[in-house]
Amino acid sequence: MSVSVLKPGLLSSLQDAGRAGHAALGVGRAGAMDGPAWQLANALVGNTRGEAAIECTLVGPSLRFEQAAVIALTGAAIAAHVGDRPVPMWTCCRLPAGSVLRLGGMARGSRAYLAVRGGFDVAPVLGSRSSDLHARLGHLQGRALCAGDELPLGAAEPLPGLAAGEAVQPLHWGIDPRPWFDFGGRPLALLPGSHGHLLDQASQQLLHGATFVLGKDSNRTASRLDGHTLRLREPLELVSEATLPGTLQLPPSGRPIALLAEAPVTGGYPRIGQIAAVDLPHLAQRRPGDAVCFRCSTLDEALTRLAARQRRLGRLIEAIAQRLEHA
Amino acid sequence: MAHGIQFEALAEDALLLRFGERIDIELNARVQAAAARLRRRLPQLECVPAYASVLLRFDPACWNGHGGSDPHRRLQDAVNAVLGEGGEIPATPRERIIPVCYGGEYGPDLADAAAHCGLTVDALIDRHTAAGYRVAMLGFAPGFPYLLGLDPQLAMPRRRDPRQRVPAGSVAIGGSQTGIYPEALPGGWQLIGRTPLRLFDAAASPPSLLAAGDRVRFQAIGEDRFRQLAAADPR
Repeated sequence: MSVSVLKPGLLSSLQDAGRAGHAALGVGRAGAMDGPAWQLANALVGNTRGEAAIECTLVGPSLRFEQAAVIALTGAAIAAHVGDRPVPMWTCCRLPAGSVLRLGGMARGSRAYLAVRGGFDVAPVLGSRSSDLHARLGHLQGRALCAGDELPLGAAEPLPGLAAGEAVQPLHWGIDPRPWFDFGGRPLALLPGSHGHLLDQASQQLLHGATFVLGKDSNRTASRLDGHTLRLREPLELVSEATLPGTLQLPPSGRPIALLAEAPVTGGYPRIGQIAAVDLPHLAQRRPGDAVCFRCSTLDEALTRLAARQRRLGRLIEAIAQRLEHA
Repeated sequence: MAHGIQFEALAEDALLLRFGERIDIELNARVQAAAARLRRRLPQLECVPAYASVLLRFDPACWNGHGGSDPHRRLQDAVNAVLGEGGEIPATPRERIIPVCYGGEYGPDLADAAAHCGLTVDALIDRHTAAGYRVAMLGFAPGFPYLLGLDPQLAMPRRRDPRQRVPAGSVAIGGSQTGIYPEALPGGWQLIGRTPLRLFDAAASPPSLLAAGDRVRFQAIGEDRFRQLAAADPR
């Protein structure tokens, strides 16, 4: 069983929870940019083992399913068709053998997830099936999908609620995407960074009040923020230390950089803030040209929000699993 | 604090231990000793040593006190307790010999580098192989070692135009540091030679030939020996 890539889309890659635990070897985590959307895509097809899904960026791929498959789409609002038939998001859908799933542009957001029941049966590298595009780790040496690629699928039991047939068949229910997909430009919570207090006064005000614009050269490594130049009161030479996704760095150009899923494991730029982990998926869904602004937050608030989101997500995944079983 | 460490909560799941703000072989040795001790006593944490700091990544849900109180504070207390324990002597660092074919197609910048340092090519090679190095940290790319211990006379600026592709195994000098490119990568350091050893192989155990804290020496080899070693087991 496999999926053939007919058209690759703009940047499509296999991603899972990421490659934790190897930063001391110079290996970053990579993984899905919008973690909850990836988790919910898996939940909707009944995957329970952190299977890899295809992360699509701005324009999705066209894929041919040799055998019938059960899929789910989450994340950014992506156009999806088999023939003329639209394929709904945030639910699960059976595609008959030979289906060509055409994923197009995104009306909102920038990253969508396609999970397939049974997952993609590719060998994990250092415990993960995520593609690290920069370090070239993962299936296909970590590169993005290309036309002609064949992705093997894992075996899976049929889903009780979806009978075999010649037509595309979605479940009669789905989940409400609103809590999991931020359509608005609401401010991202920013925790204090080690060197934030060294910004000059005007820059401190800009950081917490001004609206930045997501740069065109943003990618899985970092979001680059345009619109305002920030300055430290005096230049700062730092010794390289470990870096993290969510860190807002200030290189000498004065143009802030927010590190994302493929953050390098070490770096030496001043850190002017840390974006709350719960808000990173919201940043990952912004498109080049979208507004980005920050509000002051605290570690306490960030931990509380993170724990609350994990509880809600856990409850929803549990409820989906029960509903799939009794479908 | 007896061991003089600054703690900094970097993120919900990250605590930085800063030992100082310099690139210094003694300071880095303290970092490596602390990292070794923390790995042994708190194996559930991810421990990332750098020049003068150790980053710990943890699951905040596992370090919550009753009533969800500050997990960073609890982790900091645990770290202080572990690092305050006496008795254990850190393990002797491993020593790795890295064979290097200097110059020619393997080290295209060697002649310019020697001229920059006011040395003959042979004298540069002698100085590069005479020094004992320590792996301060891995970073930039999987398995890329930042080495401390370069002879100060061999320090030289990075190239004005970085190369799009530096061959895997290239041994290079950038500023006051020397390092080895584990894979073909873009890079701006001056290439003085190449090792036939494979520094990183995700399928091997461990995947990286070198680890932070290792002692490293370079050994000059000829082209024949380079080809022989490259054809044999690359480890």
